[in-house]
Amino acid sequence: MSAPLTSLDRPNSYIGRSVPRPNAKRLLAGRGRYISDLKLPRMLHAAFLRSPHAHAKIVAINAEQALALEGVHLVATGADLAKICTPWTGTLDHFKGMISAPQLPLPLDRVVWAGQAVVAVVAESRAIAEDALELIEVDYEDLPLVVDIDGAREAGGPVINPGSANNTCFRAHLDNGTVDEVFAHAAHVVEEEITFGRHTAVTLEPRAIVADYDPSAGMLTVHHATQTPYQFQDLYSRHYGIPEARVRVIATDIGGSFGMKLHVYHEDMAVVGLSILLGRPVKYVADRIESFVSDIHARDHRVRARMALDAKGEILAMDVLDLTAIGAFSTYPRTSVVEGNQVIRLIGAPYQFKNYRATLEVIFQNKVQTSQYRAVGHPIACAVTERLVDMAASKLGLDPFAIRAQNVIADDAYPQTSPTGYRFEALSHQACLKRLREIMGYDALRAEQVELRKRGVYRGIGIATFVEITNPSPAFYGVGGARISSQDGAILSLTPSGEVRCLISVTEQGQGTEAIISQIVADQLGLAQEHVKVITGDTEVTPHGGATWACRGAGIGGETALQATRALKRNILEIAALILQEQPSALDIIDGQVVDAATRNQRMPIAEIARIAYFRSDTLPPGTQAQLTVSHHFAPQGYPFAFTNGIQGCSLEVDVETGFIKVLKHFIVEDCGRIINPMLVDEQLRGGIVQGLGAALFEECRYSETGQLMNGSLADYLVPMPMEMPDIVIAHVETPTADTVLGAKGVGEAGTAAASACVLNAVNDALAPFDATINSIPITPTKVLKALKRF
Amino acid sequence: MSGFDQTLLDDADETVRVQLTVNGRRVACEVAPRETLVDCLRNELELTGTHAGCEMGACGACLVQLDGRAVHSCLMFAVQADGATINTIEGLSETGVIADLQAEFHRRNALQCGFCTPGMLVNAHELLSQVAQPSREEIRDALSGNYCRCTGYEAIVDAIEAVAQARDQGGGTK
Repeated sequence: MSAPLTSLDRPNSYIGRSVPRPNAKRLLAGRGRYISDLKLPRMLHAAFLRSPHAHAKIVAINAEQALALEGVHLVATGADLAKICTPWTGTLDHFKGMISAPQLPLPLDRVVWAGQAVVAVVAESRAIAEDALELIEVDYEDLPLVVDIDGAREAGGPVINPGSANNTCFRAHLDNGTVDEVFAHAAHVVEEEITFGRHTAVTLEPRAIVADYDPSAGMLTVHHATQTPYQFQDLYSRHYGIPEARVRVIATDIGGSFGMKLHVYHEDMAVVGLSILLGRPVKYVADRIESFVSDIHARDHRVRARMALDAKGEILAMDVLDLTAIGAFSTYPRTSVVEGNQVIRLIGAPYQFKNYRATLEVIFQNKVQTSQYRAVGHPIACAVTERLVDMAASKLGLDPFAIRAQNVIADDAYPQTSPTGYRFEALSHQACLKRLREIMGYDALRAEQVELRKRGVYRGIGIATFVEITNPSPAFYGVGGARISSQDGAILSLTPSGEVRCLISVTEQGQGTEAIISQIVADQLGLAQEHVKVITGDTEVTPHGGATWACRGAGIGGETALQATRALKRNILEIAALILQEQPSALDIIDGQVVDAATRNQRMPIAEIARIAYFRSDTLPPGTQAQLTVSHHFAPQGYPFAFTNGIQGCSLEVDVETGFIKVLKHFIVEDCGRIINPMLVDEQLRGGIVQGLGAALFEECRYSETGQLMNGSLADYLVPMPMEMPDIVIAHVETPTADTVLGAKGVGEAGTAAASACVLNAVNDALAPFDATINSIPITPTKVLKALKRF
Repeated sequence: MSGFDQTLLDDADETVRVQLTVNGRRVACEVAPRETLVDCLRNELELTGTHAGCEMGACGACLVQLDGRAVHSCLMFAVQADGATINTIEGLSETGVIADLQAEFHRRNALQCGFCTPGMLVNAHELLSQVAQPSREEIRDALSGNYCRCTGYEAIVDAIEAVAQARDQGGGTK
């Protein structure tokens, strides 16, 4: 009871408080409203016939029998949809020289990956639509295919896009300093090639869409399980030629997204077209196998990198080549090169060095496209950097903590610009390193490791420092010509009963957007949180904005809400001042009551102000027009990104007989700036770490030589389940950004960013006594046994 | 596709009447023999709290209580459930039998997107009816067929552990 009062002891202080999410009770009661639950009058169901070939010419399609089946309303091919939908191309202007083939909802004459949708059937039930698929005959003529990176780069090999000289989508080269010279004179050089398998989001709810075109009104309504409804409003409008204001996209509860649900998918575009052709609602929900072969995959990089150090272990230079294969074309509208671009720009980011050279080569192949998925590029950049740092430490006889402490950018050395041009406002690597060592009980873990080794138990300890990109400015997509917003908008109203309704453009996928926005509004206005209703995810209702991607919900959406609330508060207090014959500056709001700012004596409830303004405006002074609804937009300025940082640690055990790895405990110290809801931040970190651990140990989309995905089910593609996952210890450092009043940065990708790097370092640490090394992710038992020469 | 036997499709669509007791109410449905229980619950009975995640029994999103035990409704045909008593997340919520689990999940944010949550709750309910005081290891083991992509599981384990302790202290009457 004797603890000093903090800012959280003020009434209605919600920023920094672990309050539960108001919307979670619905989900716990089975009252979620996911798109897959939706049923509309006269609704039909779509199913897609998919290509069994990875690369083939479509010679002929015969759908007569399918169309004749009772209950079938439409069978559509690429040509049918091409009549109403314009093609799209996944390139951005600022990626100079980037190429990709134009795409249509369904292909006209050629398939480019196994699993690509070729023909659509619309029927009275999904089952009937699937029956009809069985009755469609497609004649294919196999074309030479490209499956792996090396094959795709071979001169004279098959070229995926006709008319192209080769399979290169994009090349980038960074050169900062005198890299060759530094390497020639360095005391130590470490070098490694690390491969990263393809993995995918595996959201528990697959992609789902219900398109409902009403020809009588010329109005398209799309219920779409997406993170970015405004982006899709724009795309459906432009590609189907419907005025933007007559396209409405509604994203209610979403069963997981993680970046996967913000790309354009052929089936989704097709479903919109099918609804336009039929003038009826059409629903499509991917099944699990369809998800595996058509959702974007991610990663799939092979990075060769070397690091030069001086005799004392100071990092002098890095030299990097990143080869990444992205599938047969680049995803629209964000492109598939963003990941590689972020890899070469994030490598080395935590460290103080000047000489950096990197080449990125982005390559087409006959597989489903890769694109942005949680922590875009971060796990790769982090694993490459942190593995080299550990290799250097080992070579120099330094402890992993010591070499990092020696090389990270000092906490008092900001602002800083990285060798790749990223501008860091303020990071806290030193503080995080120190804190991680404490929460890990590092010295005890090392002592235990030594003891256990004597008994044939091989434990490993890995740490990994990371920098995360959050709060992207228009420099991210806007400059490339993509109509993807970096600003957000909020419309805030005081209701006649004195409550607040907040319509906001950032969207909710379970991370707690609605909770933190209501916390910010309640906090800033001086109201109990339960009197704030937040509404998201409906382009007809909520103002235009970027919505949720790249960790921008709290930092940009939260700041939008904060500024909007301050504007509403000013308006409320102006009316209150007129009624109370007082100066607005002498008044404040606490617990829904207008009070004297100085004495906190209650003057009147804001509900009374609302009542007067809405129903008895005749009693206000002449000329008064109460503005109890405010509309406010905010776009980030100042630094182009709000970078965050942190460090993770992992303790695991490798069974050298079986190759199995058991993660014993995972640790993270994270600095996301101002924390709005600690519980939600911790849950973002935990969930993110587990996604990273899945990538590190289990997850890989495996293809055959003929380009067939071999593990497209949850029995074959392993995801982290409760039994394999450890408890996760979390600590925080808070360095708010000065670019906003709120000071919040993002946190959603931090967990994923460094988890696989940590595991890679920990496994290599465990295998050190055997002189065996792992340089490939995921780290499967087979790879461990191969490294141990036991397989 | 010549030689395709149209009668196969006709048979597949010929419906059968099944009678169930769902969430305490007797209901009858006309279902096709190939229709799974999860599809029947979601489409015919509009009980959309039960979810289909993998449709092969790997993810646990479709768990319901059938004759008192947790079962995968995606691995059963609706016709197989004829005469059965089924409780879905909607029924378990309305009767209050899992109210303490739901409250603890809410308090600890043991859910994010919520898609796995009904299945998690059905499984947690099953576990606590079998083992009064499971260890964390036992909880993780019991949940090993429930996939959650969002949370990292720890909060879910914490919530179930806390409810087990509270029930124990309260006499385990829930």
